[in-house]
Amino acid sequence: MVLKIKLEKLRYGSELIKRGFAKMQKGGVIMDVVNAEQAVVAEEAGAVAVMALERVPADIRAAGGVARMADPKKIEEIMDAVSIPVMAKVRIGHFVEAQILEALGVDMIDESEVLTPADPFHHVNKKQFRVPFVCGARNLGEALRRIDEGAAMIRTKGEAGTGNVIEAVRHMRIINKAIWELKGLSEEEMRKVAQEIKAPFELVKETAELGRLPVVNFAAGGIATPADAAMMMQLGADGVFVGSGIFKSENPEKRARAIVEAVAHYDDPEVLLEVSKDLGEAMKGIEIESIPQEQRLQERGW
Amino acid sequence: MKVGVVGLQGDVEEHVQQLRRAAEELGITVKVVWIRERDEMKDMWGVVIPGGESTTISRLIDKFGLREEIIRIREEGGVIMGTCAGTIILAVEGDESVVEKGVSLLKMVNIKVDRNAFGRQRESFEAPVHLDLPPTGAFKGWRGEFPGVFIRAPRITDVGEGVDVVGDLNGEPVMVKQGNVLALTFHPELTDDTLIHKYFLTLLP
Repeated sequence: MVLKIKLEKLRYGSELIKRGFAKMQKGGVIMDVVNAEQAVVAEEAGAVAVMALERVPADIRAAGGVARMADPKKIEEIMDAVSIPVMAKVRIGHFVEAQILEALGVDMIDESEVLTPADPFHHVNKKQFRVPFVCGARNLGEALRRIDEGAAMIRTKGEAGTGNVIEAVRHMRIINKAIWELKGLSEEEMRKVAQEIKAPFELVKETAELGRLPVVNFAAGGIATPADAAMMMQLGADGVFVGSGIFKSENPEKRARAIVEAVAHYDDPEVLLEVSKDLGEAMKGIEIESIPQEQRLQERGW
Repeated sequence: MKVGVVGLQGDVEEHVQQLRRAAEELGITVKVVWIRERDEMKDMWGVVIPGGESTTISRLIDKFGLREEIIRIREEGGVIMGTCAGTIILAVEGDESVVEKGVSLLKMVNIKVDRNAFGRQRESFEAPVHLDLPPTGAFKGWRGEFPGVFIRAPRITDVGEGVDVVGDLNGEPVMVKQGNVLALTFHPELTDDTLIHKYFLTLLP
Protein backbone atom coordinates (compact mmCIF):
# COMPACT_ATOMS: atom_id res chain seq x y z
CA MET A 1 0.00 0.00 0.00
CA VAL A 2 1.30 3.46 -0.88
CA LEU A 3 0.94 6.37 1.54
CA LYS A 4 -1.43 8.92 0.10
CA ILE A 5 -0.85 11.68 2.65
CA LYS A 6 0.34 15.06 1.41
CA LEU A 7 4.07 15.02 1.99
CA GLU A 8 4.35 18.52 3.43
CA LYS A 9 2.13 17.44 6.30
CA LEU A 10 4.23 14.42 7.21
CA ARG A 11 7.00 14.90 9.75
CA TYR A 12 9.64 12.26 10.33
CA GLY A 13 12.25 12.06 13.08
CA SER A 14 10.83 14.82 15.31
CA GLU A 15 11.78 14.87 19.00
CA LEU A 16 8.23 13.68 19.77
CA ILE A 17 8.60 10.69 17.45
CA LYS A 18 12.07 9.82 18.76
CA ARG A 19 11.21 10.19 22.44
CA GLY A 20 7.87 8.49 21.80
CA PHE A 21 9.66 5.41 20.47
CA ALA A 22 11.64 5.21 23.71
CA LYS A 23 8.42 5.52 25.72
CA MET A 24 7.01 2.44 23.97
CA GLN A 25 9.93 0.46 25.42
CA LYS A 26 9.03 1.34 29.02
CA GLY A 27 8.54 -1.50 31.46
CA GLY A 28 10.41 -3.73 29.07
CA VAL A 29 13.65 -5.67 28.75
CA ILE A 30 16.08 -5.05 25.88
CA MET A 31 18.39 -8.00 25.35
CA ASP A 32 21.84 -8.26 23.76
CA VAL A 33 21.97 -10.89 21.02
CA VAL A 34 24.74 -11.97 18.65
CA ASN A 35 22.78 -13.95 16.06
CA ALA A 36 19.32 -14.65 14.66
CA GLU A 37 18.72 -17.70 16.89
CA GLN A 38 19.36 -15.67 20.05
CA ALA A 39 17.16 -12.87 18.74
CA VAL A 40 14.27 -15.30 18.30
CA VAL A 41 14.79 -16.63 21.84
CA ALA A 42 14.71 -13.05 23.15
CA GLU A 43 11.56 -12.19 21.21
CA GLU A 44 9.78 -15.34 22.35
CA ALA A 45 10.70 -14.58 25.95
CA GLY A 46 8.97 -11.21 25.62
CA ALA A 47 11.89 -8.81 25.05
CA VAL A 48 10.68 -5.40 23.80
CA ALA A 49 13.75 -5.02 21.59
CA VAL A 50 17.10 -6.63 20.91
CA MET A 51 20.55 -5.09 20.72
CA ALA A 52 22.37 -6.66 17.77
CA LEU A 53 26.07 -7.25 18.47
CA GLU A 54 28.98 -9.28 17.17
CA ARG A 55 29.99 -10.09 20.73
CA VAL A 56 28.32 -9.52 24.09
CA PRO A 57 30.19 -7.09 26.38
CA ALA A 58 31.70 -9.92 28.48
CA ASP A 59 33.39 -11.27 25.33
CA ILE A 60 34.40 -7.80 24.13
CA ARG A 61 36.07 -7.32 27.50
CA ALA A 62 37.81 -10.69 27.23
CA ALA A 63 38.91 -10.16 23.62
CA GLY A 64 40.47 -6.72 24.14
CA GLY A 65 41.64 -4.67 21.15
CA VAL A 66 39.48 -2.09 19.37
CA ALA A 67 35.76 -2.84 19.49
CA ARG A 68 33.77 -1.38 16.57
CA MET A 69 30.25 -1.30 15.13
CA ALA A 70 29.05 -4.82 14.25
CA ASP A 71 29.08 -6.05 10.65
CA PRO A 72 25.86 -4.69 9.06
CA LYS A 73 25.28 -8.12 7.48
CA LYS A 74 25.11 -9.59 10.97
CA ILE A 75 22.68 -6.90 12.14
CA GLU A 76 20.57 -7.40 9.02
CA GLU A 77 20.21 -11.12 9.74
CA ILE A 78 18.90 -10.25 13.18
CA MET A 79 16.52 -7.61 11.74
CA ASP A 80 15.14 -10.23 9.37
CA ALA A 81 14.61 -12.75 12.15
CA VAL A 82 12.42 -10.73 14.53
CA SER A 83 9.52 -8.27 14.38
CA ILE A 84 10.44 -6.34 17.56
CA PRO A 85 12.73 -3.29 17.24
CA VAL A 86 16.42 -3.91 16.63
CA MET A 87 19.09 -1.61 18.09
CA ALA A 88 22.82 -1.56 17.40
CA LYS A 89 25.87 0.15 18.85
CA VAL A 90 28.24 2.74 17.45
CA ARG A 91 31.48 4.01 18.96
CA ILE A 92 31.28 7.25 20.94
CA GLY A 93 31.54 10.10 18.43
CA HIS A 94 31.56 7.85 15.35
CA PHE A 95 28.94 9.66 13.30
CA VAL A 96 29.71 7.67 10.16
CA GLU A 97 29.00 4.36 11.88
CA ALA A 98 25.72 6.02 12.90
CA GLN A 99 25.01 7.08 9.30
CA ILE A 100 25.57 3.47 8.21
CA LEU A 101 23.19 2.11 10.86
CA GLU A 102 20.57 4.68 9.92
CA ALA A 103 20.89 3.66 6.27
CA LEU A 104 20.50 0.04 7.35
CA GLY A 105 17.32 0.99 9.19
CA VAL A 106 18.01 -0.06 12.79
CA ASP A 107 15.30 1.27 15.11
CA MET A 108 17.59 2.86 17.68
CA ILE A 109 21.33 3.55 17.87
CA ASP A 110 23.27 3.07 21.10
CA GLU A 111 26.28 5.41 21.23
CA SER A 112 28.09 3.10 23.56
CA GLU A 113 31.08 3.05 25.86
CA VAL A 114 31.17 -0.72 25.37
CA LEU A 115 32.87 -0.02 22.03
CA THR A 116 36.18 1.82 21.74
CA PRO A 117 35.56 5.60 21.50
CA ALA A 118 36.28 7.16 18.09
CA ASP A 119 36.33 10.89 18.86
CA PRO A 120 38.30 12.39 21.75
CA PHE A 121 36.32 15.66 21.67
CA HIS A 122 32.73 15.09 20.62
CA HIS A 123 29.85 12.71 21.00
CA VAL A 124 27.66 12.24 17.91
CA ASN A 125 25.37 15.18 17.07
CA LYS A 126 22.27 13.06 17.43
CA LYS A 127 19.87 15.78 16.33
CA GLN A 128 21.02 15.29 12.75
CA PHE A 129 19.56 11.80 12.63
CA ARG A 130 16.05 10.55 12.03
CA VAL A 131 16.75 7.41 14.06
CA PRO A 132 16.61 7.90 17.85
CA PHE A 133 19.68 7.38 20.06
CA VAL A 134 20.25 5.95 23.52
CA CYS A 135 23.37 6.96 25.48
CA GLY A 136 24.98 5.90 28.74
CA ALA A 137 25.37 8.20 31.75
CA ARG A 138 26.87 8.01 35.23
CA ASN A 139 25.47 11.24 36.61
CA LEU A 140 22.94 13.98 35.89
CA GLY A 141 25.36 16.25 34.02
CA GLU A 142 26.36 13.49 31.64
CA ALA A 143 22.70 12.50 31.07
CA LEU A 144 21.64 16.07 30.30
CA ARG A 145 24.60 16.68 27.97
CA ARG A 146 23.56 13.62 25.97
CA ILE A 147 19.92 14.78 25.89
CA ASP A 148 21.14 18.19 24.72
CA GLU A 149 22.95 16.45 21.86
CA GLY A 150 19.67 14.76 20.95
CA ALA A 151 19.55 11.47 22.88
CA ALA A 152 15.95 10.21 23.11
CA MET A 153 16.76 7.73 25.86
CA ILE A 154 19.34 7.48 28.64
CA ARG A 155 20.65 4.37 30.34
CA THR A 156 22.95 4.00 33.29
CA LYS A 157 26.41 2.96 32.16
CA GLY A 158 26.91 0.48 34.97
CA GLU A 159 29.90 -1.69 34.19
CA ALA A 160 29.03 -3.75 31.13
CA GLY A 161 30.08 -7.37 30.81
CA THR A 162 30.65 -7.91 34.53
CA GLY A 163 27.35 -9.45 35.65
CA ASN A 164 27.83 -7.20 38.68
CA VAL A 165 25.00 -4.77 39.33
CA ILE A 166 26.79 -2.43 41.74
CA GLU A 167 27.83 0.18 39.16
CA ALA A 168 24.33 0.38 37.63
CA VAL A 169 22.96 0.92 41.14
CA ARG A 170 25.63 3.54 41.82
CA HIS A 171 24.79 5.48 38.66
CA MET A 172 21.03 5.30 39.20
CA ARG A 173 21.36 6.48 42.81
CA ILE A 174 23.70 9.32 41.83
CA ILE A 175 21.25 10.52 39.15
CA ASN A 176 18.24 10.19 41.48
CA LYS A 177 19.98 12.11 44.26
CA ALA A 178 20.97 14.92 41.90
CA ILE A 179 17.37 15.24 40.68
CA TRP A 180 16.05 15.19 44.23
CA GLU A 181 18.47 17.95 45.19
CA LEU A 182 17.03 20.23 42.50
CA LYS A 183 13.74 20.38 44.38
CA GLY A 184 12.88 23.80 45.67
CA LEU A 185 15.89 25.55 44.12
CA SER A 186 15.48 29.07 42.78
CA GLU A 187 16.34 29.79 39.14
CA GLU A 188 19.61 31.40 40.22
CA GLU A 189 20.56 28.30 42.17
CA MET A 190 19.62 26.06 39.25
CA ARG A 191 21.79 28.16 36.98
CA LYS A 192 24.70 27.54 39.33
CA VAL A 193 24.01 23.79 39.35
CA ALA A 194 23.89 23.84 35.54
CA GLN A 195 27.36 25.42 35.46
CA GLU A 196 28.72 22.95 38.00
CA ILE A 197 27.42 19.84 36.23
CA LYS A 198 28.19 21.31 32.78
CA ALA A 199 24.65 20.93 31.50
CA PRO A 200 22.29 23.39 29.79
CA PHE A 201 20.21 25.44 32.22
CA GLU A 202 16.96 24.77 30.34
CA LEU A 203 17.37 21.02 30.73
CA VAL A 204 18.22 21.37 34.43
CA LYS A 205 15.08 23.43 34.88
CA GLU A 206 12.95 20.94 32.94
CA THR A 207 14.34 18.07 35.04
CA ALA A 208 13.54 19.95 38.25
CA GLU A 209 9.97 20.61 37.09
CA LEU A 210 9.39 17.01 36.03
CA GLY A 211 11.17 15.52 39.04
CA ARG A 212 12.78 13.05 36.61
CA LEU A 213 14.91 13.00 33.48
CA PRO A 214 13.08 14.51 30.48
CA VAL A 215 13.53 11.27 28.51
CA VAL A 216 13.07 7.59 29.30
CA ASN A 217 15.80 6.26 31.60
CA PHE A 218 16.76 2.58 31.53
CA ALA A 219 19.19 0.63 33.71
CA ALA A 220 22.12 -1.15 32.10
CA GLY A 221 25.52 -2.60 32.85
CA GLY A 222 25.80 -5.70 35.02
CA ILE A 223 22.19 -6.90 35.37
CA ALA A 224 22.21 -10.71 35.62
CA THR A 225 19.17 -11.88 37.60
CA PRO A 226 15.42 -11.14 37.88
CA ALA A 227 16.17 -9.64 41.29
CA ASP A 228 18.81 -7.31 39.79
CA ALA A 229 16.31 -6.15 37.17
CA ALA A 230 13.52 -5.61 39.72
CA MET A 231 15.92 -3.74 42.01
CA MET A 232 16.77 -1.30 39.22
CA MET A 233 13.05 -0.82 38.54
CA GLN A 234 12.37 -0.13 42.21
CA LEU A 235 15.16 2.44 42.10
CA GLY A 236 13.20 4.23 39.40
CA ALA A 237 14.43 2.79 36.08
CA ASP A 238 11.86 2.82 33.27
CA GLY A 239 13.12 -0.54 32.00
CA VAL A 240 16.32 -2.57 31.71
CA PHE A 241 18.97 -3.61 29.25
CA VAL A 242 20.43 -7.06 29.84
CA GLY A 243 23.69 -7.63 28.04
CA SER A 244 25.81 -10.64 28.79
CA GLY A 245 23.52 -11.69 31.64
CA ILE A 246 21.17 -13.80 29.56
CA PHE A 247 23.18 -15.62 26.93
CA LYS A 248 26.15 -16.14 29.26
CA SER A 249 23.93 -17.99 31.71
CA GLU A 250 23.15 -21.70 31.86
CA ASN A 251 19.52 -21.48 30.70
CA PRO A 252 19.04 -18.34 28.59
CA GLU A 253 15.41 -19.04 27.61
CA LYS A 254 14.20 -19.47 31.14
CA ARG A 255 16.26 -16.60 32.49
CA ALA A 256 15.09 -14.24 29.73
CA ARG A 257 11.45 -15.02 30.46
CA ALA A 258 12.00 -14.64 34.21
CA ILE A 259 13.63 -11.23 33.80
CA VAL A 260 10.74 -10.03 31.58
CA GLU A 261 8.20 -11.10 34.22
CA ALA A 262 10.28 -9.64 37.04
CA VAL A 263 10.33 -6.24 35.29
CA ALA A 264 6.54 -6.28 34.74
CA HIS A 265 6.00 -7.11 38.43
CA TYR A 266 9.07 -5.45 39.90
CA ASP A 267 7.41 -4.52 43.19
CA ASP A 268 5.62 -7.81 43.84
CA PRO A 269 7.91 -10.09 45.92
CA GLU A 270 5.56 -13.07 45.41
CA VAL A 271 6.01 -12.93 41.65
CA LEU A 272 9.74 -12.26 42.02
CA LEU A 273 10.06 -15.31 44.26
CA GLU A 274 8.28 -17.51 41.73
CA VAL A 275 10.28 -16.36 38.72
CA SER A 276 13.63 -16.55 40.53
CA LYS A 277 13.33 -20.31 41.13
CA ASP A 278 15.40 -22.90 39.32
CA LEU A 279 17.01 -20.70 36.67
CA GLY A 280 20.32 -22.57 36.56
CA GLU A 281 23.69 -20.84 36.91
CA ALA A 282 23.81 -17.08 36.34
CA MET A 283 26.82 -15.70 34.47
CA LYS A 284 29.90 -15.92 36.63
CA GLY A 285 30.58 -12.20 36.96
CA ILE A 286 33.55 -10.05 37.88
CA GLU A 287 34.36 -8.09 41.02
CA ILE A 288 34.65 -4.42 39.95
CA GLU A 289 37.72 -3.84 42.16
CA SER A 290 39.60 -6.45 40.14
CA ILE A 291 39.27 -4.36 36.96
CA PRO A 292 41.98 -1.70 36.67
CA GLN A 293 40.54 1.81 36.46
CA GLU A 294 41.72 2.31 32.86
CA GLN A 295 39.93 -0.85 31.75
CA ARG A 296 36.55 0.17 33.15
CA LEU A 297 34.17 0.85 30.28
CA GLN A 298 32.18 3.43 32.23
CA GLU A 299 35.20 5.78 32.17
CA ARG A 300 34.73 6.19 28.40
CA GLY A 301 32.81 9.29 27.33
CA TRP A 302 32.30 12.38 29.44
CA MET B 1 -16.19 5.05 38.43
CA LYS B 2 -12.91 3.17 38.04
CA VAL B 3 -10.91 2.75 34.85
CA GLY B 4 -7.47 1.27 34.30
CA VAL B 5 -4.54 1.06 31.93
CA VAL B 6 -3.00 -2.36 31.35
CA GLY B 7 0.30 -1.68 33.09
CA LEU B 8 2.58 -4.55 32.19
CA GLN B 9 4.65 -2.84 29.50
CA GLY B 10 4.48 0.25 27.30
CA ASP B 11 3.59 3.91 27.71
CA VAL B 12 1.21 3.31 30.62
CA GLU B 13 1.97 6.44 32.60
CA GLU B 14 1.14 8.68 29.61
CA HIS B 15 -2.34 7.15 29.34
CA VAL B 16 -2.92 7.36 33.10
CA GLN B 17 -2.01 11.05 33.13
CA GLN B 18 -4.03 11.81 30.01
CA LEU B 19 -7.12 10.08 31.51
CA ARG B 20 -6.73 12.05 34.74
CA ARG B 21 -6.47 15.33 32.81
CA ALA B 22 -9.46 14.37 30.68
CA ALA B 23 -11.59 13.56 33.75
CA GLU B 24 -10.63 16.86 35.33
CA GLU B 25 -11.57 18.78 32.19
CA LEU B 26 -14.91 16.96 32.05
CA GLY B 27 -15.45 17.68 35.73
CA ILE B 28 -16.11 14.03 36.55
CA THR B 29 -14.65 11.82 39.27
CA VAL B 30 -12.83 8.86 37.82
CA LYS B 31 -10.29 6.68 39.56
CA VAL B 32 -7.50 5.77 37.14
CA VAL B 33 -5.28 2.81 38.06
CA TRP B 34 -2.33 0.85 36.63
CA ILE B 35 -3.49 -2.71 36.08
CA ARG B 36 -0.91 -5.36 36.82
CA GLU B 37 -3.03 -7.92 38.60
CA ARG B 38 -6.50 -9.18 37.86
CA ASP B 39 -7.72 -8.31 41.36
CA GLU B 40 -7.37 -4.65 40.43
CA MET B 41 -10.02 -5.09 37.73
CA LYS B 42 -12.98 -5.56 40.04
CA ASP B 43 -15.62 -2.83 39.60
CA MET B 44 -13.73 -1.49 36.62
CA TRP B 45 -15.68 -0.07 33.67
CA GLY B 46 -12.97 1.05 31.29
CA VAL B 47 -9.69 -0.49 30.16
CA VAL B 48 -6.95 0.98 27.97
CA ILE B 49 -4.37 -1.24 26.32
CA PRO B 50 -1.39 1.07 25.69
CA GLY B 51 1.29 1.25 23.06
CA GLY B 52 4.36 -0.90 23.52
CA GLU B 53 5.39 -4.22 22.02
CA SER B 54 2.36 -6.34 21.15
CA THR B 55 4.23 -9.64 21.61
CA THR B 56 5.34 -8.62 25.11
CA ILE B 57 2.01 -7.12 26.21
CA SER B 58 -0.13 -10.00 24.91
CA ARG B 59 2.14 -12.56 26.54
CA LEU B 60 1.94 -10.79 29.90
CA ILE B 61 -1.85 -10.27 29.61
CA ASP B 62 -2.20 -14.05 29.32
CA LYS B 63 0.46 -14.89 31.89
CA PHE B 64 -1.10 -12.75 34.59
CA GLY B 65 -4.72 -13.63 33.82
CA LEU B 66 -5.94 -10.23 32.61
CA ARG B 67 -7.41 -11.61 29.40
CA GLU B 68 -10.60 -13.03 30.93
CA GLU B 69 -11.14 -9.84 32.93
CA ILE B 70 -10.87 -7.61 29.85
CA ILE B 71 -13.39 -9.85 28.08
CA ARG B 72 -15.72 -9.78 31.10
CA ILE B 73 -15.60 -5.98 31.36
CA ARG B 74 -16.49 -5.62 27.68
CA GLU B 75 -19.35 -8.11 27.97
CA GLU B 76 -20.77 -6.27 30.99
CA GLY B 77 -20.91 -3.03 29.00
CA GLY B 78 -17.55 -1.47 29.83
CA VAL B 79 -15.38 0.46 27.40
CA ILE B 80 -12.10 -0.81 25.94
CA MET B 81 -9.55 1.29 24.03
CA GLY B 82 -6.34 0.14 22.36
CA THR B 83 -3.60 2.33 20.91
CA CYS B 84 -1.00 1.01 18.46
CA ALA B 85 0.11 -2.32 20.01
CA GLY B 86 -3.21 -2.31 21.89
CA THR B 87 -5.06 -2.20 18.58
CA ILE B 88 -3.18 -5.23 17.28
CA ILE B 89 -4.25 -7.13 20.40
CA LEU B 90 -7.91 -6.05 19.97
CA ALA B 91 -8.14 -7.09 16.31
CA VAL B 92 -9.81 -10.27 15.07
CA GLU B 93 -7.05 -10.95 12.61
CA GLY B 94 -3.38 -10.09 12.18
CA ASP B 95 -0.87 -10.45 9.35
CA GLU B 96 1.63 -13.33 9.11
CA SER B 97 4.05 -11.66 11.52
CA VAL B 98 1.35 -11.39 14.21
CA VAL B 99 0.34 -15.01 13.71
CA GLU B 100 3.89 -16.30 13.55
CA LYS B 101 4.96 -14.45 16.72
CA GLY B 102 2.06 -15.95 18.62
CA VAL B 103 0.45 -12.66 19.63
CA SER B 104 -2.78 -13.80 21.24
CA LEU B 105 -5.56 -11.57 19.97
CA LEU B 106 -8.60 -10.51 21.99
CA LYS B 107 -10.69 -10.45 18.79
CA MET B 108 -12.94 -7.62 19.94
CA VAL B 109 -12.85 -5.48 16.81
CA ASN B 110 -13.68 -6.82 13.39
CA ILE B 111 -10.59 -5.50 11.63
CA LYS B 112 -7.48 -6.98 10.12
CA VAL B 113 -4.19 -5.36 11.08
CA ASP B 114 -0.77 -5.39 9.50
CA ARG B 115 1.89 -4.96 12.14
CA ASN B 116 4.62 -2.31 11.60
CA ALA B 117 3.17 -1.82 8.14
CA PHE B 118 4.64 1.65 7.69
CA GLY B 119 8.15 0.29 8.16
CA ARG B 120 10.78 0.63 10.84
CA GLN B 121 11.30 3.49 13.31
CA ARG B 122 12.95 5.60 10.57
CA GLU B 123 9.52 5.70 8.89
CA SER B 124 7.60 6.71 12.03
CA PHE B 125 5.86 10.06 11.53
CA GLU B 126 3.57 12.80 12.73
CA ALA B 127 0.63 13.80 10.56
CA PRO B 128 -2.79 15.33 11.25
CA VAL B 129 -5.60 12.78 11.17
CA HIS B 130 -9.25 13.53 10.48
CA LEU B 131 -11.68 12.51 13.21
CA ASP B 132 -15.44 12.19 13.02
CA LEU B 133 -16.53 11.07 16.49
CA PRO B 134 -20.24 10.28 16.65
CA PRO B 135 -22.32 11.75 19.48
CA THR B 136 -22.94 9.64 22.56
CA GLY B 137 -25.09 10.45 25.60
CA ALA B 138 -22.95 13.16 27.17
CA PHE B 139 -20.83 13.88 24.10
CA LYS B 140 -22.05 16.07 21.27
CA GLY B 141 -19.83 14.54 18.65
CA TRP B 142 -16.72 16.08 17.13
CA ARG B 143 -15.31 16.55 13.67
CA GLY B 144 -11.89 17.96 12.78
CA GLU B 145 -8.14 17.44 12.74
CA PHE B 146 -6.22 15.75 15.53
CA PRO B 147 -2.42 15.42 15.85
CA GLY B 148 -1.56 11.87 14.78
CA VAL B 149 1.63 10.35 16.20
CA PHE B 150 2.49 7.12 14.40
CA ILE B 151 5.34 5.06 15.87
CA ARG B 152 6.15 1.80 14.09
CA ALA B 153 2.41 1.86 13.64
CA PRO B 154 0.18 -0.99 12.49
CA ARG B 155 -2.14 -0.49 9.55
CA ILE B 156 -5.81 -1.42 9.50
CA THR B 157 -6.01 -3.32 6.22
CA ASP B 158 -9.58 -4.54 6.40
CA VAL B 159 -12.68 -3.22 8.15
CA GLY B 160 -15.45 -5.75 8.67
CA GLU B 161 -19.10 -5.68 9.63
CA GLY B 162 -20.16 -3.71 12.69
CA VAL B 163 -17.12 -1.45 12.65
CA ASP B 164 -17.35 2.33 12.19
CA VAL B 165 -14.34 4.24 10.93
CA VAL B 166 -14.21 7.35 13.14
CA GLY B 167 -10.72 8.54 12.21
CA ASP B 168 -8.79 8.48 8.97
CA LEU B 169 -5.50 9.55 7.48
CA ASN B 170 -6.19 10.65 3.96
CA GLY B 171 -8.99 8.14 3.59
CA GLU B 172 -7.22 5.29 5.33
CA PRO B 173 -8.77 4.11 8.65
CA VAL B 174 -6.65 4.94 11.72
CA MET B 175 -9.35 4.95 14.41
CA VAL B 176 -12.34 2.61 14.51
CA LYS B 177 -15.20 1.91 16.87
CA GLN B 178 -17.16 -1.26 17.33
CA GLY B 179 -19.78 -0.84 20.03
CA ASN B 180 -17.87 0.24 23.10
CA VAL B 181 -14.46 -0.72 21.81
CA LEU B 182 -12.10 1.87 20.29
CA ALA B 183 -8.99 0.94 18.32
CA LEU B 184 -6.40 3.50 17.20
CA THR B 185 -3.17 3.01 15.28
CA PHE B 186 -1.71 6.30 16.61
CA HIS B 187 -0.85 7.68 20.05
CA PRO B 188 -3.18 10.37 21.45
CA GLU B 189 -1.50 9.88 24.84
CA LEU B 190 1.72 11.41 23.51
CA THR B 191 0.05 14.71 22.60
CA ASP B 192 -1.36 17.54 24.74
CA ASP B 193 -4.82 16.98 23.30
CA THR B 194 -7.20 15.15 25.68
CA LEU B 195 -10.08 14.88 23.17
CA ILE B 196 -9.87 11.13 22.55
CA HIS B 197 -9.45 10.31 26.23
CA LYS B 198 -12.45 12.50 27.03
CA TYR B 199 -14.43 10.64 24.36
CA PHE B 200 -13.39 7.33 25.98
CA LEU B 201 -14.64 8.54 29.36
CA THR B 202 -17.98 9.74 27.98
CA LEU B 203 -18.61 6.23 26.61
CA LEU B 204 -18.48 4.76 30.14
CA PRO B 205 -21.83 3.32 31.23
